[in-house]
Amino acid sequence: METIAECIENIIGAPVHMLEDLDEPMEAFVEKRNQWDSSVILRALIDMAPPDALRVLGVTSRDLCVPVLTFVFGQAQLDGLVSIISTARLKPEFYGLSASPDLTLERACKESIHELGHTFGLVHCGDRSCAMSLSTHVGDVDIKKAEFCRGCRSFLRDRVTAALADESRPGREKQL
Amino acid sequence: MWKILVVDDELIMRESLAAWLMEDGYTVDTAASGQEGVELAKKTEYTIYFVDLKMPGIDGIETMTQIHKLHPDAAVIIITAFATVDTAITAMKEGAQEYVVKPCSPQEISLIVERIIHLENLERENKILRKKLNDRYTFHDIISKNPKMHELFALVNDVASLKSTVLIQGESGTGKDLIAKAIHQSSDRSEQRYVAISCAALAETLLESELFGHERGAFTGAVNQSKGKFETADGGTLFLDEIGGISPKLQVDLLRVLQERSFYRVGGSKEVSVNVRVIAATNADLMTAVRDGSFREDLYYRLNVINIHIPPLRDRLEDIPLLVRHFIERISFELGKSVSGVTDGAIARLMNHQWPGNVRELENSIERAIVTCHDGVLTEESLSFLDGDQGEEEGAMIPGDMSLADLELRAIKATLGRTSGNVKEAASILGIDRSTLYDKLKRYNLRR
Ligand SMILES: Nc1ncnc2c1ncn2[C@@H]1O[C@H](COP(=O)(O)OP(=O)(O)O)[C@@H](O)[C@H]1O
Ligand SMILES: [Mg+2]
Ligand SMILES: [Zn+2]
Ligand SMILES: [Zn+2]
Repeated sequence: METIAECIENIIGAPVHMLEDLDEPMEAFVEKRNQWDSSVILRALIDMAPPDALRVLGVTSRDLCVPVLTFVFGQAQLDGLVSIISTARLKPEFYGLSASPDLTLERACKESIHELGHTFGLVHCGDRSCAMSLSTHVGDVDIKKAEFCRGCRSFLRDRVTAALADESRPGREKQL
Repeated sequence: MWKILVVDDELIMRESLAAWLMEDGYTVDTAASGQEGVELAKKTEYTIYFVDLKMPGIDGIETMTQIHKLHPDAAVIIITAFATVDTAITAMKEGAQEYVVKPCSPQEISLIVERIIHLENLERENKILRKKLNDRYTFHDIISKNPKMHELFALVNDVASLKSTVLIQGESGTGKDLIAKAIHQSSDRSEQRYVAISCAALAETLLESELFGHERGAFTGAVNQSKGKFETADGGTLFLDEIGGISPKLQVDLLRVLQERSFYRVGGSKEVSVNVRVIAATNADLMTAVRDGSFREDLYYRLNVINIHIPPLRDRLEDIPLLVRHFIERISFELGKSVSGVTDGAIARLMNHQWPGNVRELENSIERAIVTCHDGVLTEESLSFLDGDQGEEEGAMIPGDMSLADLELRAIKATLGRTSGNVKEAASILGIDRSTLYDKLKRYNLRR
């Protein structure tokens, strides 16, 4: 977790506070798919977000999905407050390969800044090496770097600066 | 900006798909029913429609059908929770672009969307490219890439705003009307009226009153004062088409207006002044007419201040493919027939033809070919009616016992056949006035 926090502070440029571990809300569990609905978890994150938090990122080892898709690596509220990533499918073990905590961590960093990027209004980027490029497969995650391309970076910098300056902490009223 | 519409009766389905597509940068609208989806499609044209198959009210297939009525090229993707081969086949047969089963893999959706957007991009680029090409070869609706024609377009631009009279010469169907309009539109008179009159269509006295108007009681039937074309066109442009055959008296009247810029209405004594730009056109060789005395030399020089000679189509064969494509696009749209192209063989056949009726004849031939075309492509076969003119050439071999009158009769019959009985067209192909042709029809006891 510390590594992810460090990566976010470096790349996004905002201080990170870590909260106590939480349990995923049981209503997010989709029994017949044996997965967890990330939209439901995001809603719970909105409810528990500290009032002074700029953005919230949840990290879970549960396998996430949304109703219309077989799985997601993560999900975010576009231009919103909350985001989540799952390490379930970032682990080589998931694909029958030998475990590699370093690789898993590296992938988790990339997906974390990707989802946080969405909360600052970034959409998918056509540059395959940019963290904002869409990954539908771990292979895609490995192609991209744990940083943004120039275009995404400058967009993000403006948004983060504006968000840090704004005391009202908007985005909370946004519904999922 | 690409727009996507998601139609699904299940809230969590449409919201999760919409959210995911929005992360991809698309503008996404959602609808909770087929009806609502169709209503949205009436207001906005989306690039992609995701439509759930099973919905209360109108189902996915019916929703797709209605969307296709509004936007025939819309990409509709049918989504369903119940995968059966049958529904998949039905969906595709009814025109779905794709068929996906929920939950679907993110990769599948992203590939489908990417592919459609890629095609859409190509389509847009093609449209822009086609427009650019067309613009390069188009001058006020006149299509040509022939250098002589381009010199002519430049001349039109240069002289458009002058007041000088223009004489346009060229065989029938070469585009004299179009050039006259182009001159008007490029001139500083373009906001004013453009009035056209065909001098061959009317008998002398009628033409006189058409041109200059008449006072009340000027002749039997003249119950009211009436303005002529010269007055109607005041401030603008008057196009005198088929000027070649006007009577000696009218030639004098015309000469006077061109010199004095004023005239008398028929039966009137008050001089009327006008500011009119005159453009005249003829398919006859006016110089020859001057030499044989049927056309006044002074009028000829008055009219011929600026001379524009349009080359016949057979001297600019390179325009045929361009014109063919243009006519196919326009006419198939007008007739509501889908014709997507033309074979090389057909183009070759068209470039081999002599085109005595020039672009008008080409236009009519394309129309005829489109009407009889069944598989969406114009081929040599769909142009087989053109072979008639080879036969005609043989027929033009003159038997020993043939009189000039017989020959004339044969020429008239053949030409009327080719123009499907259109006298105006036949007259211009034959190079005579329409009234002259009517006389001949009467004389030979021919019916149209
Ligand atoms: N260069 C051209 N590009 C497109 N259409 C043309 C061209 N020349 C002629 N046409 C078409 O051919 C037909 C005959 O043209 P028109 O100007 O009436 O010929 P004219 O007056 O010389 O007999 C019209 O339908 C016109 O639109
Ligand atoms: Mg004409
Ligand atoms: Zn994303
Ligand atoms: Zn980027």
